[in-house]
Amino acid sequence: MHQLTLAEIARGLADKSFSSEELTRALLARIHQLDPQLNSFISVTDDLAISQAQAADARRAAGESGALLGAPIAHKDLFCTQGIRTSCGSKMLDSFTAPYDATVVAKLAAAGTVTLGKTNMDEFAMGSANESSHYGAVKNPWSLEHVPGGSSGGSAAAVAARLLPAATGTDTGGSIRQPAALTSLTGLKPTYGRVSRWGMIAYASSLDQGGPMARTAEDCALLLQGMAGFDPKDSTSIDEPVPDYSASLNTSLQGLRIGLPREYFGAGLDPRIADLIQASVKELEKLGAVIKEISLPNVQHAIPAYYVIAPAEASSNLSRFDGVRFGYRCENPKDLTDLYKRSRGEGFGSEVQRRIMVGTYALSAGYYDAYYLKAQKIRRLIKNDFMAAFEGVDVILGPTTPNLAWKIGAKNADPVAAYLEDVYTITANLAGLPGLSMPAGFVDGLPVGVQLLAPYFQEGRLLNVAHQYQQVTDWHTRAPNGF
Amino acid sequence: MQWEVVIGLEIHTQLATQSKIFSGSATTFGSEPNTQASLIDLGMPGVLPVLNQEAVRMACMFGLAIDAEIGQHNVFARKNYFYPDLPKGYQISQMELPIVGKGHLDIALDDGTVKRIGITRAHLEEDAGKSLHEDFSGSTGIDLNRAGTPLLEIVSEPEMRSAKEAVAYVKAIHALVRYLGICDGNMAEGSLRCDCNVSIRPKGQAEFGTRCEIKNVNSFRFIERAINSEVQRQIDLIEDGGKVIQETRLYDPNKDETRSMRSKEEANDYRYFPDPDLLPVVIESAYLDDLRATLPELPPQKVERFQSQYGLSAYDANVLASSREQAEYFEKVAAIGGDAKLAANWVMVELGSLLNKLGVEIDQAPVTAEQLGGMLLRIRDNTISGKIAKTVFEAMANGEGDADQIIETRGLKQVTDSGAIEKVLDEMLAANAEQVEQYRAADEAKRGKMFGFFVGQAMKASKGKANPQQVNQLLKSKLEG
Amino acid sequence: MALERCDVEKIAHLARLGLAEADLPRTTDALNSILGLVDQMQAVDTTGIEPLAHPLEASQRLRADVVTESNHRDSYQAIAPATDSGLYLVPKVIE
Repeated sequence: MHQLTLAEIARGLADKSFSSEELTRALLARIHQLDPQLNSFISVTDDLAISQAQAADARRAAGESGALLGAPIAHKDLFCTQGIRTSCGSKMLDSFTAPYDATVVAKLAAAGTVTLGKTNMDEFAMGSANESSHYGAVKNPWSLEHVPGGSSGGSAAAVAARLLPAATGTDTGGSIRQPAALTSLTGLKPTYGRVSRWGMIAYASSLDQGGPMARTAEDCALLLQGMAGFDPKDSTSIDEPVPDYSASLNTSLQGLRIGLPREYFGAGLDPRIADLIQASVKELEKLGAVIKEISLPNVQHAIPAYYVIAPAEASSNLSRFDGVRFGYRCENPKDLTDLYKRSRGEGFGSEVQRRIMVGTYALSAGYYDAYYLKAQKIRRLIKNDFMAAFEGVDVILGPTTPNLAWKIGAKNADPVAAYLEDVYTITANLAGLPGLSMPAGFVDGLPVGVQLLAPYFQEGRLLNVAHQYQQVTDWHTRAPNGF
Repeated sequence: MQWEVVIGLEIHTQLATQSKIFSGSATTFGSEPNTQASLIDLGMPGVLPVLNQEAVRMACMFGLAIDAEIGQHNVFARKNYFYPDLPKGYQISQMELPIVGKGHLDIALDDGTVKRIGITRAHLEEDAGKSLHEDFSGSTGIDLNRAGTPLLEIVSEPEMRSAKEAVAYVKAIHALVRYLGICDGNMAEGSLRCDCNVSIRPKGQAEFGTRCEIKNVNSFRFIERAINSEVQRQIDLIEDGGKVIQETRLYDPNKDETRSMRSKEEANDYRYFPDPDLLPVVIESAYLDDLRATLPELPPQKVERFQSQYGLSAYDANVLASSREQAEYFEKVAAIGGDAKLAANWVMVELGSLLNKLGVEIDQAPVTAEQLGGMLLRIRDNTISGKIAKTVFEAMANGEGDADQIIETRGLKQVTDSGAIEKVLDEMLAANAEQVEQYRAADEAKRGKMFGFFVGQAMKASKGKANPQQVNQLLKSKLEG
Repeated sequence: MALERCDVEKIAHLARLGLAEADLPRTTDALNSILGLVDQMQAVDTTGIEPLAHPLEASQRLRADVVTESNHRDSYQAIAPATDSGLYLVPKVIE
């Protein structure tokens, strides 16, 4: 049963091949058996899962149907789940039981999903390797010595290891797409404002988006359908109707114009990855797509801009973690300043502290113009590049990552080394565009992902292209040894 | 050395909305601690702000009333600092692009002149919670009920030159926000709070001196005293060879002095940046046009009209227009009673002291405008004298009914029949024949005083009911002989 | 724009992060490394370009002025480190 995709599960539940409770119990057992190797879960919610599965079965017996009714999933531990620990991978929130549900969690629960647990992640979503979690590093099921990517590394590893069919992730600079690429999954970051951020603990408010991670585009379509939608509780949520993502999966790609940015195929890209990307382009051409070379001249400035904007917003967002109303409080604070400094100094890990300090500096008196404001101007230049490119193409294609997954610990010496791995993904966050990564092959047994970007609110297009690609390739069906 | 005082005021007004500026919590004052603090107000992880439309409307009304530019594209910014009553570790405020830009307010000075004070800007922000320092040994208790209440911070140009001008300005803002119905102005409850920026400079010098900020002065009287004591402190300091350091100070009314605040960090770097959880607020011109049509007549126009329409003095007009409720009360009384000056007098003096005695505002006056107006009609048609009216007024205040009812029940009708009055006078004069002779023998000066004696006797004999003017007239002619 | 140790101390204080003495040199190096990356922005010509704060330039939606929240003090304070009589407790602050 663990091999089944969400779509297959939906069919199996509908024709009563199995119940949600049976499926849930089987997956929970598998999680308990195999996850110690991966460390992809922070909390496994057995009781909740079983009661939700039973409720879904009861709803189905009463005549309800729906693609997500009884579907087992997990939530990245950044989404508030009422009554359940929501840790953001941090000691700061190890004791935090969320007093409410995130909108994403509530919507999916209403659709009948079953929450198997909360997945591991880089602390407060800051990282590309899931090595900074208070709960320990997550292992890549394709090679246990390698990182699964981050920050949604737990969701990626769990789904790739077939511990469950799909999970939610969040993406601020690539945190859905990059781990999807490194674990051979399909992951989608929606348009900024497509998915509600209410209850999605903030890292960088103007860049964060929640999205689906699964083995197929078809599954991502199903999960995104349940996540997307306007939320009046989120001022940045856009009131745009949600299309039927599954209905457009089978649209022909005949005449689809695909742009390849020359800047994405230059130095810095592992040539073996480049080859696999070119192979995926060939497949899409066979399906009728037309390829054009395009230029995004300002993407080279994306990394510095991102590493100002994200830490700046984070430095402010994380000020609420002060040991006063919830979360970690140091022992015997001698005065207020001591309370703050030790609660935060002991509660936050070193990467989080570094980014808070960079962000604080970037916003401080005398530096705001040169850093924050400058970065926001570069952001507009990048957006303008994409807007211009999309006048002539329908989707933009390129590699998701410049390198393969690296060994756990390999990039710890220099924080900047890991930052450079985000070069292809952060532009979508800066511009707010939807982006998807799908499996494109393997190098030395390690997965490679190809990335697609589309104009605002064209998630349907991305899923369509990915689904068509997955009809003629089988990378997405491969499973890691031992899982 | 001749010193010039320079004062600028920052006034924080709590907007009288039902719910908070970014959350749906109630804004009621005085509730049990933390019972009006929602997830958003507590700064829980994952929460997001959504803007209250009424706060926007109220801010725009204020802007229109002070003739200001309205920021039709205004932006919320985060002011970052750590303090336990600030749950998110930042306050959502406005920095570069406030909702209200430059405007002005005219204030009436004691000498009767009018001075125009520039207002730099007014912006929306959220209030912080409250810290309670007593009650918990070694700890401070934090109540976040107030956190998230909408504030409109009104910043004046540093154009006031004396404590009295500053008080006049605060009073004018106080009256205006109450007129607009956007703030109840209750300084004791903290609905209106004043920070005073005070500096001095040698007369004639163009540059400003170093200023100190006196925070949270919560009454008109304290504002005046705090400014005066701070000015004196700065003068003494400089004249002793010292320098004024820029700092935040608190006013201690018991000692009548300001002292430096220790807890708020000096020279805080607030790291302002636009709040990424909120989008720019766009205000359409059509919206402003509609809003402008709903502006009530404002104090300066009312003061002007009271003078031109009712012939009141500037002083009286100012007093009566000082609150919207009072102005409306007065106009009603004037309309019913038919005599504006009489109405003005009764509202300001008799009603004024009654309200003072009872410690209530005019909206809780025990005598309605209709009742008072009705009574004034009876004065004017000579049913009662002005003196008797005071008795009637007291009786109305005690709930004995309307003027007519009271006059009837208590038999207070004035005697105006000359024949009857003459009879009383003749009897009285006959009973005081000696004094009459003395009067007729006395000179002008002495007569004045003695006349009063006869008036008193006449009123006593008539039990106060004889019409005083007629008594005067008839007495005079009888005494002259 | 290299940071000195004292700059790092100031930033840590602004952010209320208690840094151990022993960690200061390493943190200073790490920060300088990141700032080195970020300084590359200065080479970009952004004359006449407006900053982009939100990707999809929409405007703020307003909500009606209605009370929608009720009292949940007990459940919200159940997760608080220190409370008394409904108040959150912190070490005494002198004003």
